[in-house]
This record gives sequence, C-alpha cells and structure tokens, in this order.
Amino acid sequence: MDIIESGNNAAALGVLRAKAQVIAAYPITPQTPLTEKLSEFVAAGEMQAEYIPVESEHSAMAVCIAASSTGARAFTATSANGLLYMHEQVCWAAGARLPLVMCVVNRGLGAPWTVWNDHQDSMTQRDTGWIQLYCNDHQQIIDTTIKAFHLAETVSIPVMVCFDGYLLSHTYMPFDLPEQDVVDEFLPSFKPAVYLDPKKPVSLNTVTMPESRLNIHGQQAGGYMEIRNSFQQDLRASLDCWQATDERYQKLTGRGGNPFIESYRTDDADTVAVALGSLSYQLRDVIDSLRAEGLKVGVASLGIYRPFPDDAVRQAFKNVKRLLVFEKALSLGYEGPLCTDLRAALSLMDKAPVIGNRIVGLGGREIETEQLAENLRQFCRADKPATAPSWIGLRDLGA
Amino acid sequence: MSTSILNLPTEEYIYPGNRACTGCGLGIAYRIGLKAFGPDTILVVPPSCLTVLQGLYPIAATKLPCLNVVFASTAAAATGVSAALRAMGREKTNVLAWAGDGGTSDIGIQALSGAAERGENIVYICYDNEAYMNTGVQRSGTTPKGALTTTTPIVGKLQQKKDVPSIMAAHGLSYVASCSAAYPLDLYDKLIKAQSLPGTKYIHIHTPCPSGWGFDSSQTVKLGKLAVESGMVELYEIENGYFRLTGASAQLSNTKDLVPVSEYIKRQSRFRALPAAELEAMQDTVNQRWREIAPCVETA
Amino acid sequence: MIKPLISISEAGPGDAGRTGSWRVMRPILDTAVCIPSKRGKEACFTCWLYCPDGVISRTVPPTIDLEYCKGCGICAEECPAKAIKMVTESGEED
Repeated sequence: MDIIESGNNAAALGVLRAKAQVIAAYPITPQTPLTEKLSEFVAAGEMQAEYIPVESEHSAMAVCIAASSTGARAFTATSANGLLYMHEQVCWAAGARLPLVMCVVNRGLGAPWTVWNDHQDSMTQRDTGWIQLYCNDHQQIIDTTIKAFHLAETVSIPVMVCFDGYLLSHTYMPFDLPEQDVVDEFLPSFKPAVYLDPKKPVSLNTVTMPESRLNIHGQQAGGYMEIRNSFQQDLRASLDCWQATDERYQKLTGRGGNPFIESYRTDDADTVAVALGSLSYQLRDVIDSLRAEGLKVGVASLGIYRPFPDDAVRQAFKNVKRLLVFEKALSLGYEGPLCTDLRAALSLMDKAPVIGNRIVGLGGREIETEQLAENLRQFCRADKPATAPSWIGLRDLGA
Repeated sequence: MSTSILNLPTEEYIYPGNRACTGCGLGIAYRIGLKAFGPDTILVVPPSCLTVLQGLYPIAATKLPCLNVVFASTAAAATGVSAALRAMGREKTNVLAWAGDGGTSDIGIQALSGAAERGENIVYICYDNEAYMNTGVQRSGTTPKGALTTTTPIVGKLQQKKDVPSIMAAHGLSYVASCSAAYPLDLYDKLIKAQSLPGTKYIHIHTPCPSGWGFDSSQTVKLGKLAVESGMVELYEIENGYFRLTGASAQLSNTKDLVPVSEYIKRQSRFRALPAAELEAMQDTVNQRWREIAPCVETA
Repeated sequence: MIKPLISISEAGPGDAGRTGSWRVMRPILDTAVCIPSKRGKEACFTCWLYCPDGVISRTVPPTIDLEYCKGCGICAEECPAKAIKMVTESGEED
C-alpha cells in the first residue's frame, strides 16, 4: 500500500510489520518520534508487544538483551549520545549473539552538543560486532528494518539499521508499506537456538577463561578466544546471508537486489563518488550535472558497512580509476573511516584506484550540491589528486 | 506462621565445589533463598561474588536458568526477562534478580529505581556484604562508617551506610524487607510472602563476609546474629508502607535487650581503627533508633 | 540458520575443582551426640541449614561430603548439641 510518511514512522511501521514482541526505548532527538509511534501502536492495540519506557539507553539495551535471551523478538532505537551511553551493552549484545534490531537515527556526537545529522554515532560502533546497514531513503528504511530481523535471526548477530537524522527521519516521502501477510511469509516467528528455559537451565555469558576448560560432559568447551573466533567467522559468513535475505525479500516484494552496493551511472565511470545514506542520493544530482559536462562519473553507496563487503567493493570498482569518498564522519586523528576501509580493501587490487576523501555535513552543516559538484569536478581533472581528507563547507572565521 | 528447618523444601538448587569463600554468608542466603522460589525461576546476576559462586564457563553451580548481565543493568535486565515472559504467555515463571550491595546501591541504583517506579513484577534481592568484595574489598555505598576497606584504608569510611531499603520503600512498593543471612528461616518466609505480592519487591540481606570483614570463617552466623542482637541490623518488612519488625528483631522490644554494639564491632578486624568516640556515637544512634522502632511489632 | 558458539554453562558440581582441598580443619560428627541420630528420626538439621556449600545431607545422621567441604566450621559452631568437632587435617583436635 502506498503511503506518505516520515522516515521515523517508516521505521516504526517496519517494526510493527516485523511483530517485535518487546520494545524498550529512551527518547532522544531525532529518534523520539519513532519510539512515540511505537508506543502509540502498542497503546492502541495495533501491536501486540510489551513497551517498556526505560529510564536510560543503557537500560533500553539491557531490556532487549534480557528479553531476547528469554526468547522474545526485541527492538530498540536511539541516536548519538544515547548510543554511546549504551555502548557497553552494544558490545555485550553482539558477544552474546543476540538477534536484536536497533535503528540508529544518525546524529553527531557531543561535545559540543549537536542534535543534527552526521554519521559519527554509528561509526563509533563499527568495531562492536553488530551488522551495520545504511538506508538511502524512506522505502529502504522500512524494507531494511524488516530485513534486519530476518538477517539477525538467521545468523544470531544483532543488526543496526542506520538512517539520517532529520534529512530522512523527519522528512515525508511516499513509499510502499508492505502488507502484513507478505511480511509474515518473509519473517517467521522467532525461534531462538538457546534461551532461558527453566526446563533446560543454563547460565549464559558467565566469566570465561583465557584457556579452554572441560564441560560437565568431559568435553573441551573452548575459552574466550574460541568464542570470539567463531563470532568473527559467523560475521564474515553473514555477508552471504544478507544477500540471501535480500533475495528472499525481493521475491516477495519486488524490491532489493543491491544488498552490498547501490550504483548510479557507474558502469562506464572513470571516477566514482562513494557515500553512505541520503548523501548518496544527493550526489546523483551531481553526477547528472557532471555527466552533462562530459565527465564520466557515477556514485555508489554501501548498503552494508559491517561486516565490510570487501569482495563486493573490489568487484564494483575493478575498472574505476578514481574514487572520491564523501563522509559525514571522521576517525579523529586520521581520516574518514569509510575511506580507510576502501583504501585497505582496494589495495589488494593490481591497479587500485586513486582515492580521495571529503569530510562534509558534520553537526548537520548544510551540504550544498554545487560544492559537492565542484569538488568532484576538480578531483576528476587534477593530475595528482590529493588523497588526504579535506573539508567541504567550512566557514572562514577571518583573522 | 514461620517455617521451621524441618519444613523447608529439601530440594537443593546449588551444587557444591563452587568458588565462594570458606564460610561465605552469601552461600547460606543463596542456598536457602532459592528454596523459596523453586525450579520455575529465571535468575539475573550482575558482576559480584555471586557471579563467581555461580561458576566459570562452561560449568554452572546453580540448577536454574541464569542470565549474567553487566554491572549497572540488573533491574533493567530483570525487566526484560519479565517483559519477554509476558509477551510469550509465561508470566508464572519467577524473575529473580540477585545483586550485591555495590551493584544495588551504587552503580545499579538507577536501573533499580526505574524498574521499581514502573512496577516491574520482579523480586530484587540485594545481598549486602558491605563492600565490593568480589574485587577485593573496596568501599561501597553500604559500607558502614568507620570500616576499613582497600579504598578507605587508614581511617576507615567517613560516610554513613546508605539506607537502601528506605530508598526503595519511598517508591511505594508492595514489599520491602530487611533480612540477614544468619536468619535464613526469616529470609525464606519473607521471600515466600514477596512472591505473592504485585510489582517490584525489594529484599535486602545483611551478609557477613569472613574474608572482607576479618573474622574466622566459623563465626559467620554468630556475627550475623550479633549484628541483629545489637540492633545494628534490623529484621523488618514494609508491606504496602506499613513497617513491622520480624523474628529476632521483634523480640528486642526494649533498648535494654540490645547487646552492646561493641560486641559486634570488636570481633571484626575491619573496625580496628574505629575511634572510641565513633563507637559511642554508633551506640547512641542505635539506641535512638530502637526507641522509635521497638514498638513496631504488630501486623497491619 | 547459524547456531552460535556462546558462553553457555550447564549446572554441575566442582566448578572450582575438589574444594575439599581448601580445608585446614575438617568436621567430625559424633552420632552419639547428634540429635536426629540419637532420636533415630528427622530433627534439628541445624548443620544442614547453615552449611554455605550444601555439603551436609539432610539425613539421619547427617553426613558431610568431604570431597567439597571447605572446612569453614560453621556447622561445628552452630550445632546446638555440640556434636560436630573441627579437627586438623592431620587428625589433631582444634
């Protein structure tokens, strides 16, 4: 059914369709309308779920971890400092191999305070072991949220669904709301492999030794390192599982097909702009302009950032001479994290592209299409393009 | 009608050969306390001595499903278990949080207050050995004034013991109880009563610790009883706001019945630096308190 | 569907090994003095109540599992009949 709704409501509708059973969330700008909509669904009886108005984000994730461990499908959402507050728990949920889904409505980090959009918040979580997916528009927000539950429960790894605060969360666009019976067919009810059951009592995630120990059956049970190794292997395997989840969803809805990389006019491009989220769609206007000037350019976005789809990236850019990575985040003290990951993955190619890095839109700084175009134009034309990160949109403060 | 030793359920829910210290007061409280709940129970345990008592992967000492959680989150995790049980139609299963004093009065108090305010249907037990014992005896909010710990090493703690049961009672809970590991039958009866009441039930257990307080492991029960007999620890319950002394405390109807506080204090090396003036002040405080509460023995 | 390797523990004794090896003193119960033993029926069981490790059986007479008994001495201290004595592991009385 076609509807016009905000990005936050698109996410909430995704959670409604996915029939989450326990929702725990703490309000934080710009996520707040998402959690308000969910509490409305529950209060109105449209959703059969337990809605817990927790007293902090750390507790929100605690509720989700515990609920999922007990056997219920659990969801939360947050932004920025809320995400940081629950960081300990974000790591815990991943190590505990719980199939949680969390929407991160991307917002910059304090200090100083900002409520506006950039990607620094989800970037700080990229090493936690969560699967990280990025949405480019409202349709992708609802579709990815639904797909996230399927992926999480297939691989027993939590999934973070990221979308731009304000630019997507608070804007209204038309998209298709999939029917409940379609989603029911796509996503069966949650059947965890392990859960807290008085009939089969076990203790979960107690202190785990450096060395492997024998269990009560006299078998080697491994230690901390085996558990971490197994997690890493399963994370890498989840790339294929993500593709399978996407294919399954595409069969039922007709949408999808670009689980790793979504490309626009890159087939014969010499230079490709790369970005995450709504910025990649803004860059399409830049591509159209520069194509009209005769430059062979295209733009690509990553649908999945962790685990990093390095094979897909090498495949997508194998004939590209230059990449310009536009990022709304910085690995402070170095360069944009996406840029670093691309450099590393592409360095394994015989003829790796030259890669440049542009930092844009931090703390919600307006991103002017003309400035993006000028940067890309110059990058295409430069003999030896600079590879160190430079910033777009900084104001000159005078002497 | 108080339960006697012979009427206690005989089923054991913990295995021996666990890592608790010799003579651990928690061992007594935990072992007898679990009998009040039975097998249809899910435990939530943060970092604490109990985490270690419970065992290291892959062996568990408790015959109940147990969720180990991060330090600040006990009551929130218990909330999550409870919510999932409701969502799955399994509300009958007991949800039992079991945290130490540090995990309750300090780092865990926010989540506990939140759960209590929301009226989550959980029993939250704080076993109070009066310091961060698991990590080697650092001071906590419930460490008594004057006690030596590794972070109050020379003059002892300067501040008073935080009164967590009163804080929890201020949430308007259906049930708050103060218990002692030295009186496990009183504890058992309170846990049975707690389960029948709605919302969040808060149980505080004074838990003598031979390792951390500095006394011989054979004296755990003796010392716990002295704490109650001197009036320093009160056995009571607050049921829907109504305060009533129970068990051995209810029998101390007169301050003359109180054993001198010094009898309790002098047997613990953690109080060896306590100045005489402070001991006097302690006795005065106890006497004053008991003048107020000694009459509170009737049921509502 | 991936079945994850996680830290999951099943219940069993001896997580800390044979904790009987911790003992410096061991409890010896005198059945001639022990109340349930003398009466030939269930009675008292104070030692069973207070054992922090649950190594004393609720039987007539109670028996102590020396594989795991840590030798804390609470049973000897609390027995109302003084039926339990702590002796050193080498056999001498305390």
